[in-house]
Amino acid sequence: MSGFFKSSIGRKVAMALSAFFLMFFLIIHLAVNITSVFSADVFNELSHFMGTNPAVQFALQPILLFGVVFHFVMGFVLELKNRKALGVSYAKNNGAANSTWMSRNMIYSGLVILAFLVLHFIDFWIPEINVKYIQGDMSGLHNGEFRYFHEMVAKFENPVRVAAYVVSFILLALHLLHGFTSAFQSMGSTAGRKKALQNFGKIYSFAIPLGFIIVAVYHHFNHH
Amino acid sequence: MSGKGMNLTLKIWRQKDAQSKGKMETYKVNDISEHMSFLEMMDVLNEQLIAEGDEPVAFDHDCREGICGMCSLYINGEAHGPDRGVTTCQLHMRMFNDGDTIYIEPFRAAAFPVIKDLVVDRSAFDRIQQAGGYISVNTSGNTQDANAIPISKHAADEAMDAATCIGCGACVATCKNSSAMLFVGAKVSQYALLPQGQVEAADRVKNMVAQMDLEGFGNCTNTGACEVECPKGISLDNIARMNRELIKASVK
Repeated sequence: MSGFFKSSIGRKVAMALSAFFLMFFLIIHLAVNITSVFSADVFNELSHFMGTNPAVQFALQPILLFGVVFHFVMGFVLELKNRKALGVSYAKNNGAANSTWMSRNMIYSGLVILAFLVLHFIDFWIPEINVKYIQGDMSGLHNGEFRYFHEMVAKFENPVRVAAYVVSFILLALHLLHGFTSAFQSMGSTAGRKKALQNFGKIYSFAIPLGFIIVAVYHHFNHH
Repeated sequence: MSGKGMNLTLKIWRQKDAQSKGKMETYKVNDISEHMSFLEMMDVLNEQLIAEGDEPVAFDHDCREGICGMCSLYINGEAHGPDRGVTTCQLHMRMFNDGDTIYIEPFRAAAFPVIKDLVVDRSAFDRIQQAGGYISVNTSGNTQDANAIPISKHAADEAMDAATCIGCGACVATCKNSSAMLFVGAKVSQYALLPQGQVEAADRVKNMVAQMDLEGFGNCTNTGACEVECPKGISLDNIARMNRELIKASVK
């Protein structure tokens, strides 16, 4: 089995497995974020649960971090290997004649998403780790109230940050537009080539990033 | 266009031998009939070059009927040119217009080194085939008639579709990753779909994929460009089947 993951197809399968995991995670993350538009209390409760539950913090979070890092590292490894496999570049190459822009530029949409994740970690993840595990304050409170909602809304006051989020999520949509069906193909399923799943993939690829964009823009305009 | 032919500017990759550094050269051909095949147009150019005392352009060709898989060429940024479902020998000049500039380059991939001009070494495909693209049948005279084995129409059709791959290498040439997975997928599939191929199925897919990796072909990222450019319309489903076959063979 170790030989399998060293083969070109094994790497594809590993890429697809991590992609499925990350696509599932996006749904969960968006579900939590969306509550902030409707109820600060629900968002606070969910954030506190996610932020302090040992199973989430010490089991799911490390798996997620591994999944994210693995997907990026494997993406870079494959890109480098593929560049090595190329011969002299064509003087004229008409890629648009036979494939989508999204499928040919996964590395670039991926790089934008990686840059976004760095910003996202600086914004939310590092401060959380600092408060909870370095300062040791697991209460989730600030002046006697849950701090999560206010901290999140404060981040979206800056229009530059909101714009960066919006652009990143547009690139995520493009990444998913190819990645969703591609993952099925890599797993050896032809389901991704059927109209029904392609349509579902399109809906997913637009809906998830749009959801994140709506949350960011909503808080930017509603809680100055 | 009948009566008067096309005047064309050709930009062609010239490379003396495998060791030399090549470059694009510009040529002019006049009065090209729209009914000519692309290779006939190349013949006209070569006769012109020979008459002028220049070295003719080397390019691969054999049957000129679209089934041998020998001709190649990357024409105006596409493997086998702008037409669909045809090899270069079946591409006709009616696909072009008077005054056009046409780029003609060899199939590019690290695993397809240029031998001379537009001729590339595609023997990597032969070595992949030799790694498992066959069935072992005792030919002592007791061999069972293949037609005596019941095979569903659906499986027979899909196997036949996969077997139409002529191994020209357009899939590799057009792939942004120089991946050979459409070729290998087709060769794995044509046996995987039939009972005769089952006995050696696991070893076949493992060995062919291993040889493919060893030859230095890239990793498929499912852009689907190969399927579009393939002169035989080999389906991307064959890559999915190969992936499935390798997963199956590896968990056994």
